[in-house]
Amino acid sequence: MKKMTTALTAGVLSLAPLAAMAQDSSDPIVIPIHNWSSQIVMSNAVGQILEMNGNAVEFVTTDSQAVYESVRLGDVTLELEVWEGAFGASYRAALEKGGIVDVGDHDAVTREDWWYPMWTKDACPGLPDWEALNDCAALFTTAETGEKGRYLDGPVDWLKHGQERVAALDMDFVVVNAGSAAALWAEIGAAEADKRPIVVFNWTPNFAEAVWPGEFVEFPAWEAGCDTDPAVGPNPDALFDCGNPANGYLKKAAWEGMEEKWPSAYAVLEQVSFTNPQIAEMARLVDVDDLEPDEAAEVWLEANKDVWESWVN
Amino acid sequence: MSVETTTLPRQKASLSNAQLALCFVGAAALMTMVQYLGGLPEWLHRLPEALVPNFAGWLDTIFNFVKDDLGLLVLTRTLTEGLEWLLDASGNIFFGKRRWPNIGPIPWTAMAAVAAIIGYYLGGWRLALLGGGTMVWTALIGQWEIAMQTMSVLAIAAPMAFVIGLSLGIAAWKYAWVDYVIKPVLSVLQTLPFFTYLLPAVIFFKVGPTAGAVATTIYAIPPMILMTTLGLKKVSPEVVEAGKMSGCTKFQMLRHVYLPSARTEILVGVNQVIMLCLAMVVLTAFIGMPGLGAKLLAMMGSFKLGRSFEIGVTIVLLAVMLDRMSKAWVVKQPEHFERGTPFWKRHKMLVLGIVAFVGFTLMSLVVPIFAEIGRGQDFSQGKALDDLIKGFLSIEWVKATTGFLRAFLNVQVLIPFRNFMLSIPTPAFILLVAAFAMALAGRKQATYAVVFFSLVALSGWWDRAIITLYSVISAVTLAALIGLPVGIIAARSKKWSNRVLLICDTAQTFPSFVYLIPAIMLFGITDVAVIFSILIFAMVPLTRYTIEGLRTVPEEMTEAADMAGATRFQKLWSVQLPLALPTMAVGFNQAIMFAFFMVIIAAFIGTQDLGQELQRTLAGTDLGKNFVLGICVSLMALTFDLTIMKWAGDKKSALGL
Repeated sequence: MKKMTTALTAGVLSLAPLAAMAQDSSDPIVIPIHNWSSQIVMSNAVGQILEMNGNAVEFVTTDSQAVYESVRLGDVTLELEVWEGAFGASYRAALEKGGIVDVGDHDAVTREDWWYPMWTKDACPGLPDWEALNDCAALFTTAETGEKGRYLDGPVDWLKHGQERVAALDMDFVVVNAGSAAALWAEIGAAEADKRPIVVFNWTPNFAEAVWPGEFVEFPAWEAGCDTDPAVGPNPDALFDCGNPANGYLKKAAWEGMEEKWPSAYAVLEQVSFTNPQIAEMARLVDVDDLEPDEAAEVWLEANKDVWESWVN
Repeated sequence: MSVETTTLPRQKASLSNAQLALCFVGAAALMTMVQYLGGLPEWLHRLPEALVPNFAGWLDTIFNFVKDDLGLLVLTRTLTEGLEWLLDASGNIFFGKRRWPNIGPIPWTAMAAVAAIIGYYLGGWRLALLGGGTMVWTALIGQWEIAMQTMSVLAIAAPMAFVIGLSLGIAAWKYAWVDYVIKPVLSVLQTLPFFTYLLPAVIFFKVGPTAGAVATTIYAIPPMILMTTLGLKKVSPEVVEAGKMSGCTKFQMLRHVYLPSARTEILVGVNQVIMLCLAMVVLTAFIGMPGLGAKLLAMMGSFKLGRSFEIGVTIVLLAVMLDRMSKAWVVKQPEHFERGTPFWKRHKMLVLGIVAFVGFTLMSLVVPIFAEIGRGQDFSQGKALDDLIKGFLSIEWVKATTGFLRAFLNVQVLIPFRNFMLSIPTPAFILLVAAFAMALAGRKQATYAVVFFSLVALSGWWDRAIITLYSVISAVTLAALIGLPVGIIAARSKKWSNRVLLICDTAQTFPSFVYLIPAIMLFGITDVAVIFSILIFAMVPLTRYTIEGLRTVPEEMTEAADMAGATRFQKLWSVQLPLALPTMAVGFNQAIMFAFFMVIIAAFIGTQDLGQELQRTLAGTDLGKNFVLGICVSLMALTFDLTIMKWAGDKKSALGL
């Protein structure tokens, strides 16, 4: 592996004079790592890119919600995956308090919505239409939900409005909130054994796509104002009577002092942008091929030079 | 349920307290009946929201005042820099972080050899095998570097907890007022949910190993203080007298008389510090603690059961190794040599250790595998274990059993019980808790109960608090139904006692996160899964203290029972159990404390209690609310703690133990 790093370093050595011109601080740039693979690999990849840029880089493991407070304080320098759905609220709150800046979006779009693994479709062939799902509600009953089907929503703090949607569209479902992503995987994993139909909250890009092929339920398409104006959407009297936007942002954020302290690294960060397939590939290297995250980042960087070399320039 | 628990011990308390308690229960029952009949005004059932004071806002203001205006942030950030320097240095030594002194990492073979030699010195071949074996396992399974990242922080946090705990313990023993101040603070710290520590730790001590080290230290200090004070109080007057006669100064008295005499208790404190430090390995990963915990969370995030299980095993092995070694250190008496014994003879093991260390370090320079097990060279069986666990979970009878349990427990028992608890009007509930405290402990504790629970009601989180309490009571009841019989049966023979105690140790140190996933796979995201995961944790102290209580019943007593011709059951029922009861009560109390700890963690499964709200505040924008919720949990736990400990103490002195 050493050799590869050396080779990579040599590859960008030609850019060294450019990098040397920028007056970056020699303090380490602190990159946070959370508990899902694509973020870990992406952080490692960007970390390695910044190292080639001549910066010192350190990683720190943190909770993905609590991290925004640390970015504000400057303890953590940047955050590479701000999901509109899951972390939008925390991020906006941090923006309001000050200390954090928006460094632009990735090309990748995020989608978060009701989702089912493929075997569910065998039992309910009308999918992915939401009305067909509602007709199959009996397939999703559990001991606790009685005659209604169970929809397993994400943790409450992700604010997914599952409850409101069920009410607005008058669906025969009961919404149960899982406490963490790991809890969702555990439920899918348990359902996998006997191919039990299940409908859960899920998102893309995500490792789960590689492990359990599946589809999103197609709700009435998102229209602007669906969450604020009852008139929008099929039910004239209710909010949230449509699906989530299918193209949420995936943002980069940084501590407001970063641009001044590490101008050249900040310039690189502004350039950084990954696409959905690239993110899925990174997750796959770890989740399916069982590489360690730093190793996966090296492999990915080696294979995708054309993608990132222009960022460093 | 709560009615039942209050009736049992009532006969034993003094009459007037019992009568009063009965009146309380009667009033509560009456009020609940009126509520069922629809005659109770709404404001008596639940506190109207308009009356809830803005505690969250006030706490936020106080917090900001202390942080910014009093300059606490500046102070802690200065301390953090020193701590960071220490952690960087230990990080370099343990896993080769690129910092001063730039000599690390220590090769794994050298570490393993030293661990084996320390083990041999403390407890012979068995401990040598445990010490060396743990290190070899860690290296071969491919977790060496992350394990050392964890150890590099613990190597700083544990001594810090030891020094601070020892100093505070000495101060509390020396000055009564320190004792008065420290006791309540310690109780609150021990019952405050972890999610409440998390944000202040991040704000004051910087996310990363520093915050992790501080959180670990704070969590591990209390038993050290308690054990130090206990040990110092027990020093016999003769020893003190001897010290005084030989003209010791105050410091000499402490250094050469008191502390050596309290050696055993202090070392037990050290053992507790180490165990608590290891218990925090996973939780602190939320605030930047590197190593095993962080990896475990990442593995769970991508549904890798096998790998997370392996990490769990490593944590248990490390814990058991450190526990056994520190316990062996407790019983090992200092060796004394004749004057003139040469240095190498007096410190044979030290010399041997240094030789082995240097030897392996030199060897590792030549043979790379002695320095580091490279990628792909490890023996991790992650995938195979994955299949094994999933295979087990999908066996027909396992699924049938858990399916039945899920349907029966959840629908027939738990949900009705929860709804019942929620249907009790707030004042009636407070009366019931007060009656419980009154019957068991006395009027003082009952007053505390009323004050504490009224504060919970005032916080505006009553329903969620009741759901939290419901999970705790259900889990502890089930834990008692399983744990007590296991303890009673195991206590019959020494062999079985030791075996069950080892299982207890394992269950306690095995990271709870690892079995959250199987719990969900078995029971779905339901209350059963939540209670199952609390249950495992709460059973440990119940079983442990039952065994300890029964095994320490004085032999004269059991012999007397034998001579009186008692059957085995009679002996158990009328002699052993009553004598062991105070000790068992301590276990019961700990079970409740563990349950309160775990119920908050169970928010990761999916609950509707205080834990869920706490999890929601982690983004850091609602610090005030976070504190309010944390204090609610703490107040409820403290009510039980005060009551049961008072009862156990009374019983103990009544029995003359």
